[in-house]
Order: sequence, then structure tokens, then C-alpha cells
Amino acid sequence: MSIDTGFSGPDEATAQGPVTATSRVLPPGRGRWRLAFWGPPAAVLVAFLAIWYGVSYLLLDPRRRFLVPPPHEVIRVSFFDPFNLKELMGALWLSTRVAFIGLAISIVIGLLLAVAMNRAKWIERSLYPYAVLTQTIPILAMVPLFGFWFGFGNFSRTLVVVLFCIFPIVANTLFGLQSVQREHHDLFTLHGASRMTRLWKLQFPAALPSIFTGLRIAAGLAVIGAIVGDTFFKQGEPGIGILIDRYQSRLQSEQMVGAIILSSLLGIVVFWFFGFLARRVVGGWHESADGPDT
Amino acid sequence: MAGSSVVDASSIPTQTAPLLTFADVSKRFRDGTVALDGADFRVAGGEFVSVVGPSGCGKSTLLRIASGLSDATGGKVQVATDKIGYVFQDPTLLPWRTVQANVELFSELRGLAKEERRRRAAAALELVGLSEFTGHRPRALSGGMRMRVSLARSLTLEPELFLFDEPFGALDEITRERLNDELLQLYLTQRFTALFVTHSVMEAVFMSTRVLVMSGRPGRVLGDFPVPFEYPRSPRLRFDERFARLAGQVSAVLRGGR
Repeated sequence: MSIDTGFSGPDEATAQGPVTATSRVLPPGRGRWRLAFWGPPAAVLVAFLAIWYGVSYLLLDPRRRFLVPPPHEVIRVSFFDPFNLKELMGALWLSTRVAFIGLAISIVIGLLLAVAMNRAKWIERSLYPYAVLTQTIPILAMVPLFGFWFGFGNFSRTLVVVLFCIFPIVANTLFGLQSVQREHHDLFTLHGASRMTRLWKLQFPAALPSIFTGLRIAAGLAVIGAIVGDTFFKQGEPGIGILIDRYQSRLQSEQMVGAIILSSLLGIVVFWFFGFLARRVVGGWHESADGPDT
Repeated sequence: MAGSSVVDASSIPTQTAPLLTFADVSKRFRDGTVALDGADFRVAGGEFVSVVGPSGCGKSTLLRIASGLSDATGGKVQVATDKIGYVFQDPTLLPWRTVQANVELFSELRGLAKEERRRRAAAALELVGLSEFTGHRPRALSGGMRMRVSLARSLTLEPELFLFDEPFGALDEITRERLNDELLQLYLTQRFTALFVTHSVMEAVFMSTRVLVMSGRPGRVLGDFPVPFEYPRSPRLRFDERFARLAGQVSAVLRGGR
């Protein structure tokens, strides 16, 4: 530091801070593995399994046990039988692919739409109501129509996913782009920033926390859209939704529960992944990224 | 004008041609609010002019017009330089950028080469005593340090006219007085001209070569007080009898204009 200007910067630092970045940003590393942290949810899981076994073995007559097959039977039949496992995994892969392709398309189109809406008020006025519409129309009721027009293959299924999950991306991105403080805009104006510069160096980074909020919601919806949409298609190559439907009609309850567990896992993994990504990208400077995680 | 009796103009830094001229400037917003009405004053090169006034009197509007962010709706504004620094009450740092990247922002927007940006940022951070904090994010810094980063960011463009919009208004008194001293040091070493908006009479008198008092909305200039104390100014000046008398006179005009 320079003595001649009489500055005392770091002195103040010791008096008032700085708060080290790590202490605020990261969760207490080791603490997360302690009993107090993992104990309660683990206890709930154990209780849940106990009730499940209780219903299977104590409540139900052996002839009716197929209604609630015990957990180990679900795992044995669904995941340890090579044939069943192959069938489940094939369907899971198909649904995952549909969900991810749909999500990727939604991200690209959603971001572009939000940027366009942010750029011109008339574009926002023209398109936003229809973006809202995707949330209000019963998309699943349109599945027969899509099948009719585009067949029951991946195109229609992906279309359903896109309609399911594009709105949260558009809405959150637009909100983020428009949330920039006026003073920040003033700074960029004062120094002659172009629209592109302003978008890229100010609005987009400022919008990142909201964009990630939108992505997390959209990712969850994409999984739901892929699986539930699949159930409605009923035809074509089976995704996990079709399998669930099929197992149900054949009373193969172990495999049905197995398929439901797999689709839940897919949802959890996707949700966790975007939470992880958000923490990596904006966790260093934004509080929202410290938010709920599992 | 009131206050002329205490003038001992010998200590005021070099007076040159006006760097900033407001001639009968008014500003009426679209909703009909009149923020400024006939604001009339000049700031000469090298002066440190403070503007005090009741809140909502159009002080910020004055700066926005001077910087070109906003246009006057009447009168004439002349600014004899395009090297203008502008510091807001909020440090307005970009939270995703490190201190270093924040300080480089303006040179980046102006399209300076990377080497030059680095050099200027390093020099500016040195001036505000934050060379050791280049890698920190704003949220890891105290309020006073953030304001220093904001000052450093503007210093990188070596402004000739520095506009301050209540820069220390949100800070505690100790930090505020320390930053007053530090800003005066910068004023003496960097030789910029300053237009400093504040609601604190003490701060205005302590910092400035001249204090302008504005009336409540619509804002007009009610008083123009030259401040006769020599630089460098010691913090003890705040307890000097002559300082108290001048501050009292400024306050009296300020109260009268409410």
C-alpha cells in the first residue's frame, strides 16, 4: 500500500472484515457428514420402510400381498432379474433421452425468447401471454393430437417435454434480465457500452441466479413430462411411463414399483445436478445458490 | 452572498476556466415534477464544490445532468471535459466479479488493451490501499472497502471531473470520516475537480473549497460559501471554532430554504 496518500485500507480490513469468502459460501464441510445432519432423514426412511413391511406382511393377506410387495421383493424382481432389468433400463434410457433432448431444446429456445422479449417490449407483449398459456392448457390432453399429426415417436414425446418445461425458463430468465439495478445500467451507459456488451457483461450474469432457478424447475418438469407423457402415448417404443402402465395392467406390482423408484431417482438426480451446477456457477457471489439442497 | 465575510481565499487551489457551467438550468420530469428550477453555478478547474440541500431537492438530478445521463429541460449546461468519474451512494460493484475485475470494468468498456487495464487497475487499487484484496468478491468486503473499490474503479479513467452522489451516506461515522480524509488525499494527489453531493453540512465544509446550498424542490442555489481552510486538512479542523461558525452559517441558509 502507498504511504504517501495516507491510505489505511487493510487496517480497516482487520477491524471490520473481510469476512473470508469460504466461511460464508461453503457449507461446513465435515459437518454435513455428522449424525445430526443425516440422522433425521435416515430415521424417516427407516420408519417408512418399516411401515411398508408392516403393510405387506401384517396387514395384507398373503393372497393380496401383490398389492404392496415388500421392498426386497421389489428389488429382487426388478433389478436382479437380468431380463426385467434390461427392460427397465432400456425404458429408463429412452425416457431420460427424451427428457434431456426436450430440456436442451427448451433451454435454447427459452433463453433466446427471453432475450428477445427483454430487448423489445412489443415482443414481450406479443409472446409472453402464449408462454403463460403453455402452463395453463392441458398438454397431456393434446397427446392424442400430437400422435395423430407427428406419430408416436420421439418427436411428439420431445414436443410434450418442451411444452411442459419451457415456461419457467422464459419467465425466470426474463425476470433476471430485467432485475438489473438502474445504477448498474447507468454505469454501462456512462461508458458507452453497446447493447451486446450490456447483455453479455451485465444482464446475463445478473440473471444467472434466476436462470438457474428456472432450470431447476424446468428439469423437474422435463422428467415428469417425459414419463407422464409416455404413459399417455401408450404406443411406440416403451419408455418408463409405458412400462408402468403395462406392469399395472399385468398386475406385475414388483416391477411397477421398481419402475416408479427408477423414475423418482431420475428426477432426484436431475434436480440435484442443477442445484450442484448452480452452486458451482453462482455460489461464489449469490446467496440463492446456498438454498435447499439434498 | 452570505458567508463571504469569512473568506481567506489564499488556500483555494488554482482557479482556471470553468470546467462545469450550469446556466439557469431546470429539469421537469414527464410526470410534471420540477426537480430543478433555475440552477445557476460554475465549477472551475481544480475546485472541490459540495452541494448540500434537503432530501428530494434535485441534487442527484444535478449530477445526472452534469454526467450526461439525463438532459436538462431548460437552460444551458456546459462540461469542458469528457473524462468524468461518477460515484454513487451504492458502490454498484458487480457481485460476480472480483475486486480486480470490477476495477477493470470501465477500461474494459472503453476497449483498452488487457495490459493497460491491468496496469491502471493495479495503480488505482494501490491508491485506495486495497492491493491485497484483488481476488476477493465484493460480498466479502466491508462497506468502506466496497466504496474504496468503487473509487478505484473511477480512478482508472483518470477523471478530470469527479461527480459524487452522497458516496459515504450509507457508512458509519468513523468509516465516513476516514474516507473523507482519504478522498481529500486523492483530491490533492490526483488533481481532479469535484462536485460532491451530500446531506451533511459538516462533511461539505470539511471537504470543499466551496459549498453550494440548495433549496427544497424545485432546487435552486440559495447560497454559495467559499471555504477558506488550507489543505491538507486535519481531522481536528472539525473542532475548530472557525469551522463551526462557517458550518453554522451554511446550516442557517439550509434551514431557511426548507
